[in-house]
Amino acid sequence: MHKSGFFKTLLIGLSAGIGLCLAGALAAADTIKVGILHSLSGTMAISETTLKDTMRMLIEEQNKKGGILGKRLEAVVVDPASDWPLFAEKARELIEKEKVAVIFGCWTSVSRKSVLPVVEELNGLLFYPVQYEGEESSKNVFYTGATPNQQAIPAVDYLMNELDIERWVLVGTDYVYPRTTNKILEAYLKQKGVAKQDILIDKYTPFSHSDWQSTIANIKKFGSQGKKTAVVSTINGDANVSFYKELGNQGISAEDIPVVAFSVGEEELSGIDTKPLVGHLAAWNYFMSVEDPANEAFIQSWHDFIGDDERVTNDPMEAHYIGFNLWVRAVEKAGSTDTDKVVAAIVGLETPNLTGGTSVMLKNHHVTKPVLIGEIQDDGQFEVVWRTGTEIPGDAWSDFLPGSKDIVADWTQPIFCGNYNTKTKTKAKACLER
Amino acid sequence: MFRGYLSMRAVALGRGPLVAAGFLCVLILATLVPRPAGARTIGYEEALGRLSDRSFRVKAAAIEAIATGGDERARSLLEGLLKGEVFYRKSDRRILYARKSQTGYRIRDASNGADLGEVGKREIKKVGLNNRLRRQLRGALAGMALNDPDPRVRRAAVREMMGDGKAAVRLRARLPLEQDEGVRADLGLAIALDDLHAATANTRLAAIATLGASLEPEVHNRLAAMAEADPDPAVTAAARAALFGIELRRTLNAWAETLFFGLSLGSVLVLAAIGLAITFGVMGVINMAHGELVMLGAYTTYLVQQAMPDAIGYSLLVAVPAAFVVSGLFGVAIERLVIRFLYGRPLETLLATFGISLMLQQLVRTTISAQNVAVENPAWMSGSLRINPALALTYNRLYIFLFAILVFLGLLLILKRTTLGLQVRAVSQNRAMARAMGIRSARVDMLTFGLGAGTAGVAGVALSQLTNVGPNMGQAYIIDSFMVVVFGGVGNLWGTFIGGLTLGIANKFMEPWAGAVLAKILVLIFIILFIQRRPRGLFPQRGRAVE
Repeated sequence: MHKSGFFKTLLIGLSAGIGLCLAGALAAADTIKVGILHSLSGTMAISETTLKDTMRMLIEEQNKKGGILGKRLEAVVVDPASDWPLFAEKARELIEKEKVAVIFGCWTSVSRKSVLPVVEELNGLLFYPVQYEGEESSKNVFYTGATPNQQAIPAVDYLMNELDIERWVLVGTDYVYPRTTNKILEAYLKQKGVAKQDILIDKYTPFSHSDWQSTIANIKKFGSQGKKTAVVSTINGDANVSFYKELGNQGISAEDIPVVAFSVGEEELSGIDTKPLVGHLAAWNYFMSVEDPANEAFIQSWHDFIGDDERVTNDPMEAHYIGFNLWVRAVEKAGSTDTDKVVAAIVGLETPNLTGGTSVMLKNHHVTKPVLIGEIQDDGQFEVVWRTGTEIPGDAWSDFLPGSKDIVADWTQPIFCGNYNTKTKTKAKACLER
Repeated sequence: MFRGYLSMRAVALGRGPLVAAGFLCVLILATLVPRPAGARTIGYEEALGRLSDRSFRVKAAAIEAIATGGDERARSLLEGLLKGEVFYRKSDRRILYARKSQTGYRIRDASNGADLGEVGKREIKKVGLNNRLRRQLRGALAGMALNDPDPRVRRAAVREMMGDGKAAVRLRARLPLEQDEGVRADLGLAIALDDLHAATANTRLAAIATLGASLEPEVHNRLAAMAEADPDPAVTAAARAALFGIELRRTLNAWAETLFFGLSLGSVLVLAAIGLAITFGVMGVINMAHGELVMLGAYTTYLVQQAMPDAIGYSLLVAVPAAFVVSGLFGVAIERLVIRFLYGRPLETLLATFGISLMLQQLVRTTISAQNVAVENPAWMSGSLRINPALALTYNRLYIFLFAILVFLGLLLILKRTTLGLQVRAVSQNRAMARAMGIRSARVDMLTFGLGAGTAGVAGVALSQLTNVGPNMGQAYIIDSFMVVVFGGVGNLWGTFIGGLTLGIANKFMEPWAGAVLAKILVLIFIILFIQRRPRGLFPQRGRAVE
């Protein structure tokens, strides 16, 4: 049964390979196509356009070094226009029509979820560069952004141990990432011995929410009961601006009640008035202000490429840097851009990151990353106030959610499954059907 | 008497070891702290040099040395640090004051004030701070400000130091020297707060009496702890009584605060809807581009601020008439080019104005930017008006509330007391009769629409101070605006005003338990039910004009 499946795949692979070779011989035989799937219009364009440019820069630099396997890289840019179903269509177009070897793209979790079935069906490759809620692992997707244990949990540890925080307010925008992250954080805090009445999960707010009066008044009341209080914010997008403004206007400074945010980075701070934000915290795996030769070189080449010294770099850009370099290494190791060969080759490969360490691709298709806590300065940059000593491995399935505690993802033989229960030693249905 | 003595003994016993331990701590600290800094107190120059260190611990020690050293340059240096004006040069790690200039940064030596010329952005680096250092700086500056000639500065310093056990000694020392009544009162409160920790029950009782019904959160927390666990029953009873008064006042203040939040949200709704109350309410035009006219007003504010970057404080005063003119002209153009051909055909008007709204959005996207733009808040719009420690009204909301009333009264005046207003009402009530009386109804239509559009632009100026200014911002207000106008009663400005405020207050009273999303849904359901009962809204038009 398995054998015939294998032969079938082999046969299809061979014929596809021959077809490709023929097509390739007719067209330019010496390029490898790299798909870039980032919104260039709509609400997410603000953040995603930068990532498109980052990818173009990385590809250009790789071509200067002679490409990969003697072939030049060619960027294929499409615009999914912040429209989630369109992400799936564009991904299909990239793989089926453009025959790209790999796709770098997506920002929001919902766009990734929409692309996921397409890359799995067509056996493509997707590198996803943004921090997300976890609880997922696919053979065809590589997650180079942070999981909650690489961002949220260390941030809470920092607040608890260094700032002696005893009371917690969790606020967030109403969608899957904040809800899941807050669920994990709540479980984690309770496990650390924080009493129930010392955790306030505020009502979730819509995107672009601008009237924060009641929320802030509530935080103020909750925080003035004598115990040191902090706010953990998973507010996403431009709602942050009015949130911090209201915080400042109601007289809450970072010294009284610090806010640690997981979605506020250099890009979001550029172009807004940062005075009310000074001293508040953000947790990321990279800050532009990190003093490291690799980072300085990266910033320099970014400024040269974009032609503007004022442009900032941020965490998802570093994630693409890591993801792209890992993919290049994997292709060189495998000697081919074939998905299955790259998937087999990439696990265990490592590449230097921009903060002076090394990132390793793990069995669960996540990477190791250091966690840095930065305080916002009035020039829109972050001052690093704390960092983990070593790189933290990304955990696909959180240890703090009841359903996912025993589940691991392991894309090496013999398990080769993204959802394997270590207690019952069973694979999820999706793995068995494969 | 005897019982009192016993409990005092208990206090003394209970506190004895603590006090001793505390004393020991102080002794140890006193002997230990200066040691790591080099076995001697370091001078100003040396401490200055250490500010370029990367470790926050070293910086904290340096700031401590500067603050306690008594050097006259210390205050301006610490203030500079807090404002983020202190840098160091990467080449020789010299500490500098730096200010942004045309080409890069203008730098000045921090130790002797010598002008060192201009440097590029990459040659210097800011002395980074964290929250701990910022608090330390604020505390040190407050200590210095205690002797400031300006009583307001002294008062702020006392408030800063309130509740800080270590600072109480300095406050006590200041009290006999203080002349200003206001500062004396605050000093008395701060000292009484410290006295709550006193060992003798009588001092504690006196402190409770002094604090009375103070709404400072520290007082509440301390009293709550005492009401539970003070060893002296008299003190416990006094604390309980004081706490009851405080709780009552806090509850009242919380209600007042929610009411203010509601009025503020309501005034935003009124502002957004009042232009529509004219175009839709009076003229009957379903104007889907109304939100975009608001957006144009907000962008006008942005452009005005770009044109006068050195006078942000006055920019809003310029922006209000500018936005009125810009949005008004757009309104007139829309009416002349599109709407006048579609009077009496509401469905076509709806579709046409929806198309216009998309065009206006795209216009802004291509000419300015697809991203949000940063509209600055003038200094007088930031911060809050402190009524008492439990109630503070934010200035931006307060001004916008007053502004909404002003705009409403202005419009009311125009419609009720001017010739244009008379003509507008005449045309809207009976077009044929008005024309027969010699009113040029086409001109009146144009001006009315322009007035409504201009008012929308003015609302945009106010909203730019509260929300993000981007091409899509109008979309967020269009539904709310129609909701308010329909709820208030079509064709009635008073209806829009009262309706908007009512909805705002209802929303805010529901929000604490329902959340922002659910509160809005509940409000919508309420309006649907209300319109079922009273289809013409709160203040329906009466008489023949309705037909």
